[in-house]
Amino acid sequence: MTGGLLFALTGAALFALGVAGVLLIAHLLRRILAFNLMGSGAFLVLVGLAQRNDVPDPVPQAMVLTGIVVAVAATALALALTRKLHGLTGQIALPEDADD
Amino acid sequence: MTDPLIWLIVLPLAWATLAFALGPGRGAWVAMAGLLAQLWLAFALAQKIGAGGAALSHAVGGWGAPLGIDLAVDGLSAAMLLLTQCVALPLAVYARSYFKTGDPAGVWFWPLLGFLIAGLNALFVSADLFNIYVTLELVGLAAVALVAAGGGAQQVAAALRYLFATLLGSGAYLLGVALLYGAYGTVSIATLTPLVTGEAPRLVWIAGILMVSGLMLKTALFPFHFWLPPAHGGAPAPVSALLSALVVKASFYLILRLWLGPLQPLLPVFAWGMALLGAAAIFWGSWQAIRAVKLKRLIAYSTVAQLGYLFLIFPLLANPAALKAGVIQIFAHGLAKAGMFAAAGVMIKATGQDTVAGLAGAVERLPVTLFAFGLAGMTLMGLPPSSGFLAKWQIIEAALAQGYWIIAVVALAGGLLAAVYVFRVLRQAFLLAPEGRAMATVPRALEWSAFALAAASVLLGLRGVELMRLVGGA
Amino acid sequence: MRRFLVIAFAAAFAAALGSAMLELAPSPLDLRIPVAAHLAQSGVSHPVTAVLLNYRGYDTLLEIAVLLLALLGILAVVGKDNPSPPRPAHPVLQTLARLATPSIIVMAVYLLWAGAFRPGGAFQAGALLAAAAVLLHLVGLLPAWSMPRLRLRLGFVIGFVVFLMVSTALLGQGALLKYPAETAGMLILLIESALTLSLALILAGLFLLLSRDQGGA
Repeated sequence: MTGGLLFALTGAALFALGVAGVLLIAHLLRRILAFNLMGSGAFLVLVGLAQRNDVPDPVPQAMVLTGIVVAVAATALALALTRKLHGLTGQIALPEDADD
Repeated sequence: MTDPLIWLIVLPLAWATLAFALGPGRGAWVAMAGLLAQLWLAFALAQKIGAGGAALSHAVGGWGAPLGIDLAVDGLSAAMLLLTQCVALPLAVYARSYFKTGDPAGVWFWPLLGFLIAGLNALFVSADLFNIYVTLELVGLAAVALVAAGGGAQQVAAALRYLFATLLGSGAYLLGVALLYGAYGTVSIATLTPLVTGEAPRLVWIAGILMVSGLMLKTALFPFHFWLPPAHGGAPAPVSALLSALVVKASFYLILRLWLGPLQPLLPVFAWGMALLGAAAIFWGSWQAIRAVKLKRLIAYSTVAQLGYLFLIFPLLANPAALKAGVIQIFAHGLAKAGMFAAAGVMIKATGQDTVAGLAGAVERLPVTLFAFGLAGMTLMGLPPSSGFLAKWQIIEAALAQGYWIIAVVALAGGLLAAVYVFRVLRQAFLLAPEGRAMATVPRALEWSAFALAAASVLLGLRGVELMRLVGGA
Repeated sequence: MRRFLVIAFAAAFAAALGSAMLELAPSPLDLRIPVAAHLAQSGVSHPVTAVLLNYRGYDTLLEIAVLLLALLGILAVVGKDNPSPPRPAHPVLQTLARLATPSIIVMAVYLLWAGAFRPGGAFQAGALLAAAAVLLHLVGLLPAWSMPRLRLRLGFVIGFVVFLMVSTALLGQGALLKYPAETAGMLILLIESALTLSLALILAGLFLLLSRDQGGA
């Protein structure tokens, strides 16, 4: 077992954990955290699996840097929406889709 | 200058940035000028490919894959580019009259629109799986921001639900890309295609399933459609039109790309599963549309149903006619649904309420809009000579040629169900208005841009051969 | 029930993925070789920066668009809510923040410059500057932002505009973002400097535009 492979395995576990969190957690802030966990899992797999022979590979590292920035942007938008929803309804969870 | 395909990405990025710098509520004219130029470029590109039959490519940075990122345009992507610009320009004209000055939903509409279109164009021409991930996020975040802009609690909740769905989808896609890079050491589609074989390791199967399921969630294929009706039904009309006509098609296009490209040795195992979900989407979406109370909900559920047709083609893809049928369905639904949402927006503005019941009397006050709604409905039902007819005809023909009559039955049944919900709206509009209910006047530009889109969806049926030739050249 | 199903599915997925990773053969392609081979023409000597701004610079261009988009999204969502007033903070905290700011700026400039040959670059530098702005805001020295005025908007977009203009101008070389080997280093530094400024403002904006009073639309 190399270090890179260990990172990839951890990434797989984190991704699964994050997906379960996004699907199950109602509290929006925690759900956003779960999404970030999921993203970090995917990044770890990207870097770890490519470096499973423990030689650094700059291409996935650069991709992960790009991915992190995209994740930051998505998180910021999610937080803004959550905050707006909290301001409007006082709730920090999604209401049922009442429109039908 | 060099390639029209580069300018289709650079132009919208440039006018989006300019519109942002100009400030809140500004930028409509730059956007429309940009879109007009893009429409011309997309036509030029389609003509070039239609005439030569060969794909064009561009190596960004001059490196070439797999070190750099390649862009590539074939008939399929040229068709998608053409549809995007064809839908976006009339909707921009529509949106300019729709958002009154100071309307909080329209304050940042123009820059958001620019980034959305840039993302779509970049997605359609990218030949690099990781680059596609970035474009997917560009499209997804722009769409979410457009849904949420200036809205109340319901709209913000719909946007958040949409955001989580789209992030889950692109997360699964990204993990798939990571696994493919791990397995093969490249994310370039052209480099990957010869490397992936039927004896691919288990990890590649997992990657393929992850990517396609993520994209199915983003396409809102039944049963992953839960996020679509509130988001498309709750957004302002021009935004609903953009989302239903273009955004969901982008992820479908990617499924098609993977299916016909690098993952061809693996994915066809799932073809009937896809078709089954497509059939379920047609029945479930139509049923929900038939019983919807709100007008825009009805149209949004109709999108769920119409997306189902696209998935019927997967078992038929051995026959090149199936791909053509799919592209015509994308065009037919794109134009018709944009026209329908635009027409619904006019009716909602005039009647002041978003319900089917409130439409009574619309025929006297809004004849043009109602006609537009009817034309778009014709395309959705698949009546001749509309492009919807052409699409269904092609699907049925391809299905029967391969002996899969069940697909033909589903396609026909879907057309009948569409007739039920379209006539539900038209019948209501022909009823007499209740005493003393006035309708607000609506700007002409709104009515006529809705009409242009709906009419285009019908007239395309007469020019479908050229479109099919373009895709066939791929 | 749903809870159990989701957790069981996630666990099974992680196990299947993990075991599939363990049996993976070495990959047929190795991009480390071309990355190293062209490093001399890339204009920078750090391979990650070379990938980020040269080989795959197009990804980075679109990623800046994503960031700008998030900022726009926030502006569109929060609308005209009132920015929160500066909150009073302990004078010791204020003094510490004042003392920290100049060294943060120096550190950011160093990171920007270091990016060419070791880990660093515009993102790290921009993030650091944004952190300084957040710090100053939290101790009450920098007010929250409301609707950005022209000057601020220009600051937000300048990095992206420079990047886009350079990329497009390089079409004259035959392809988007095709740096000539001799000027690549200078052009990348130009882009990174403009990006540092914009990224700092955008990242700070993601925080300072959201720092608002609770309340309706």
